[in-house]
Amino acid sequence: MNAIKLYFKYINLHVRGQLQYRASFLILNIGNLLVTFIDFIGIWVLFSRFGSLRDWNLWEIGLFYGMINSGYAISEAFGRGFDLFAYQVNTGEFDRTLLRPRTTVLQVLTHDFQLTRLGRLMQGLIILIWASINLGIHWSTFKILLLLFAVFGGVMLFTGLIVLQATMCFWSTQSLEIINSFTYGGIETAQWPLAIYNRWFVKFFIFIIPLACVNYFPVIAILGKNDVLNSPVWFQWVSPLVGVLFLFLSIRVWEFGVKHYRSTGS
Amino acid sequence: MPQILVEDLRKTFKVNRRQSGFFNSLKAFAHRQTTTVNALNGISFNLEEGELVGYIGPNGAGKSTTIKIMSGILTPDSGKCEVMGRIPWRQRIEHVRRIGVVFGQRTQLWWDVPVGDSFDLLKDIYKIPFQQYQKTKNELVESLGLQKLVETPVRQLSLGQKMRCELAASLLHQPQILFLDEPTIGLDAVSKLAVRDFIKKINRERGVTVILTTHDMDDIEALCSRIMLIGKGKILLDGTIEQIRNRISPERIMTIDFVRTPPSIAFPGVNSVRGEDGRLELHFNPSVISATDLINRITANNEIKDFIIENLPIEETIARMYDEFKI
Repeated sequence: MNAIKLYFKYINLHVRGQLQYRASFLILNIGNLLVTFIDFIGIWVLFSRFGSLRDWNLWEIGLFYGMINSGYAISEAFGRGFDLFAYQVNTGEFDRTLLRPRTTVLQVLTHDFQLTRLGRLMQGLIILIWASINLGIHWSTFKILLLLFAVFGGVMLFTGLIVLQATMCFWSTQSLEIINSFTYGGIETAQWPLAIYNRWFVKFFIFIIPLACVNYFPVIAILGKNDVLNSPVWFQWVSPLVGVLFLFLSIRVWEFGVKHYRSTGS
Repeated sequence: MPQILVEDLRKTFKVNRRQSGFFNSLKAFAHRQTTTVNALNGISFNLEEGELVGYIGPNGAGKSTTIKIMSGILTPDSGKCEVMGRIPWRQRIEHVRRIGVVFGQRTQLWWDVPVGDSFDLLKDIYKIPFQQYQKTKNELVESLGLQKLVETPVRQLSLGQKMRCELAASLLHQPQILFLDEPTIGLDAVSKLAVRDFIKKINRERGVTVILTTHDMDDIEALCSRIMLIGKGKILLDGTIEQIRNRISPERIMTIDFVRTPPSIAFPGVNSVRGEDGRLELHFNPSVISATDLINRITANNEIKDFIIENLPIEETIARMYDEFKI
């Protein structure tokens, strides 16, 4: 309980620090909002040219897009400390972390908090709402629950990926691109329905990095579509469980990395 | 039992060997070559509660490696290290709760917020009870003169102000041991003196054990009752400043101002004579000729204005020490 209290104190400190630079805060937020909007406009252009992708229309894609980006924005805002971890290793700040009587995970997590990622979250939510209005989705409790589960699982999964990315820094601060291709690549991938991809690719994103569980399966349930992958119905509900499990395993890998760091000192 | 017990501590690092040139870089990429560096080559010492120790040695001698092991950041390859009965790297969280560490080159405060907010956060990190926190904080603010600084964001502080805040931050949780890594680096004369006074004070009044690494020999002379010299991963000397002086060179310096032209001096025990404008600087060995003897023999035939007797400057002693051990 004490750790959660401390966590919010840290966040409070960061927010106050960031609000000191008011202009920069606003510009960064608007910038974040615009950049991702332009991204979606790209998809929109594609659809206005080709009409649909297999049997998916623009607004269905919008639902995938909005959900995955909302989840990612949240985990990026909170997991920013892990995202910038290479910097902490290079400057030796991680040594300071080890000198404080708290877990490394809590301290690195709270090393930074990116309020400006709210812009990205806004954008994700706007597209999510926009898409759902255009699709005329009737939001029953059942569907709202599915949505919340999916986004929560997504946040956990992406945080796990960011933790894994940070763990790589213990071995090399230059190999980040590999994991970047999983986080950014993963988002790019999950913005589209998984069913359009190759078989082994699909399997990878169900069983290795379970992006499908936090996005594809819940979305088809919300849309009431038939799953061309013929997945069992309970797949639509496993998102939080899968997300938490993935994050847990990532943290175990992280702890192994910390052990390695403490024996090599670099 | 000593507060800090170190026995035959060893640590090696693997360092990537890099050669210049494009093809060598390619080769290194394909097949990484590493060299093993012995950072610590069997270090042993004991520290008792309340000691104020200077841990010195040239760059790369193994100072920070030892500090990192004692403070729980690094795991050694072999050897024993117990601090207050705990093994630092195995019981990291319990261990760091009772030590304070200040790095002269890095800050532990949060950059954008007032110093006081950093202190408040440290209170929660270390789970310091409210009453105790208030009391300790007020005492530290008082004795370091931080009254006006507490409201200021860290980024607006001068180096000297920052160091005073760092010292306060590292002592809020009342640690029994304080590690100071070059605490006076880059400070102006006034700040240096303030920092030294404060270190002396907490050592004397609170009995905090202080382990100090520094390249500033005035720090050592002003503060440390004991010096440990490390070089090439080994402790080369361990003793008081006096012992080390005598060990390296018992030589003392007598500077004399003469009324008339200085005479030529060649007594046994006087090792070197340098002179200019009616002044002579004699390096002599007090175990061969005592200072009284020397001054008596000189004043017997010469009129003098003034004289001073000094130790070899500590800088020079240390330089001779490094030279003697070829480190």
